[in-house]
Amino acid sequence: MNIPIRRFDTLILGAGGGGLRAALQLARADAHVAVVSKVFPTRSHTVAAQGGVNAALANVTPDNWHWHMYDTVKGGDYLGDQDAIEYMCRAAGHLVYELEHAGVPFSRLDSGKIYQRPFGGQSRDFGGAQATRTCAAADRTGHAILHTLYQQNIRARTNFFDEYFAVDFICDDEGTVLGALTMDIATGELLVIEAKTILIATGGCGQLYRTTTNAHINTGDGMGMALRAGIPLQDMEFFQFHPTGVAGKGMLITEGARGEGGYLVNKDGERFMERYAPNVKDLASRDVVSRAISIEVREGRGCGPNADHVLLKLDHLGSDIVAKRLPGIRDTCKTFMHLDPVDTPIPVFPTAHYVMGGIPTDRQGRVVRPSGNAPEEVVPGLYAAGECACVSVHGANRLGGNSLLDILVFGRAAANDILGFLKNNRYHRPSNQEYTDKAYERFARWEKTGDGESVQSIRADLKKAMEDHCGVFRTEKIMQEGVEAIKAIRARIPDVRLQDQSKVFNTARVEALELENLADVAIATMRSAEARQESRGAHSRIDYPDRDDVRWMKHSLYSLEDDSLDYKPVRTKPMSVETFPPKKRVY
Amino acid sequence: MGNLERQPGLERLRWQCRRGLLELDLLFEAFLDNGYCSLSDVDKESFNQLLEYQDQTLQEWLLGKVTPEDEAMVHMVKLVRDAT
Repeated sequence: MNIPIRRFDTLILGAGGGGLRAALQLARADAHVAVVSKVFPTRSHTVAAQGGVNAALANVTPDNWHWHMYDTVKGGDYLGDQDAIEYMCRAAGHLVYELEHAGVPFSRLDSGKIYQRPFGGQSRDFGGAQATRTCAAADRTGHAILHTLYQQNIRARTNFFDEYFAVDFICDDEGTVLGALTMDIATGELLVIEAKTILIATGGCGQLYRTTTNAHINTGDGMGMALRAGIPLQDMEFFQFHPTGVAGKGMLITEGARGEGGYLVNKDGERFMERYAPNVKDLASRDVVSRAISIEVREGRGCGPNADHVLLKLDHLGSDIVAKRLPGIRDTCKTFMHLDPVDTPIPVFPTAHYVMGGIPTDRQGRVVRPSGNAPEEVVPGLYAAGECACVSVHGANRLGGNSLLDILVFGRAAANDILGFLKNNRYHRPSNQEYTDKAYERFARWEKTGDGESVQSIRADLKKAMEDHCGVFRTEKIMQEGVEAIKAIRARIPDVRLQDQSKVFNTARVEALELENLADVAIATMRSAEARQESRGAHSRIDYPDRDDVRWMKHSLYSLEDDSLDYKPVRTKPMSVETFPPKKRVY
Repeated sequence: MGNLERQPGLERLRWQCRRGLLELDLLFEAFLDNGYCSLSDVDKESFNQLLEYQDQTLQEWLLGKVTPEDEAMVHMVKLVRDAT
């Protein structure tokens, strides 16, 4: 197969905040950069980050990076790497000011300083009073950052390959990544992009689940590519769920609804949270509420024709309170369910929101994998940043406002390291046709014609299996069944046939490629979750309700090629300060 | 996704309807399947224009928080909402 080739210093996969922050740094340093994005860059999922970005600027309350670091270590239930967390929290202020100078329209305090809002998990003085740390540009911080970075990249002459889909990495015999096979979605034509350095910044994989807040583009593409290139995925069992998403659709119904007096009921009209949390009831922590909803549904007390959700009641609050204090929820319900929560309860179910795990990297953004006795050997020239990566700064659970910070800090860190790498590696590593043919093989499989299963049916089964077996309710038995279910679903993929073999905007082909990525990431997630016999952060086991620091204070690493799990220690030593030793996580 | 016969123009639009926000994905997908094909040529052109707006703006319009200034967009927002 003769496929055209283009060469760049750096290939960046993904045009969200992480990819664009890195691209800007590189293009300004005169590196020749290609950014490949399957959708137009400003339609990346970074636009959904409305809350803001954490930085201890102390504009509202006293604050410093060390307190931010403590909160992040504690929030991650002591699974985060403390060197990376120190690095991130120290860099935060600088990154925010840099964005301000680049044109991000942050909201302002009366003093003229950047507006900051308080978020859950933020404290002063290592667990003391509430801190106010999240810098915000109204309710569109992610959107503002993404648009600013995109415009700056256009100015810096970054090369964009918009609506190109990255299919697979091109690797040499030693497993070194030389570039990627990509497809122009508009024409169906293939293009090989070779690069001296490659940054994976493809975002998350919320589409693993039937009920998710994530956009349809979040299919774990970079994670799937990494797995197939022999890179393990780290800590994939840690997936953050929000207790109340619109059932079957996933959009968030804010916790404010329960804060204003809304409560949950099952099919018998019972206010079931009274059984699970007799004191705080519906205001119990996220994981308690999520699990309670899941148990009600599992035990046959779910609502609706499929008994697959519970109801959130707001109708007793009166139309004034709902209209004044919860207008967003009313808009969402009216638009998507044609119901007014003033009169009718809202069908809800826990919704998948953010994956803490991903492609293992160090704090320079370099991809690392175990080799011999070394748990973290650097893969030369390969980098990852953002939700697809696991540095790990979020540990077992992410704090609000830390995800935008993650993409900015480690997008920049990766770019800085890339610039050093490019200085010392001035030429492209040799490639050949054989390496490209290997990557092409998988793609070509989708050109088989005839009868077979559809992508849609397998994708629906995969999402349902993940929701049933790897959601918020986790036990040995449920997850063992889940492993078998995912394996069976993966085994059906070779029998899928695309009825449409045309080239131009063949979205069916793109969805088939996305399905393969999801299926690879699904088995990594399911296997890692089944193996971890403790409850830590977002991974909550009914049969192992406690955190077990003796056996499990370690990172999981799942490898696809031999379907195996390995582990590596948590980096508990920060860069310059004392270690925060594990303590019981109480708020 | 769609259950319509393949139409290259429609497939291009289907990809333009992949957005950064789940809410927009769901609204646009439903509209392509349930409303777009019966539009007049003028309205089809308006829908193309609508897709050029930024995700946050579209979300505010389509969830009914803000009304567009352009009459053609007001009309199109109503059609998309009605198809969901």
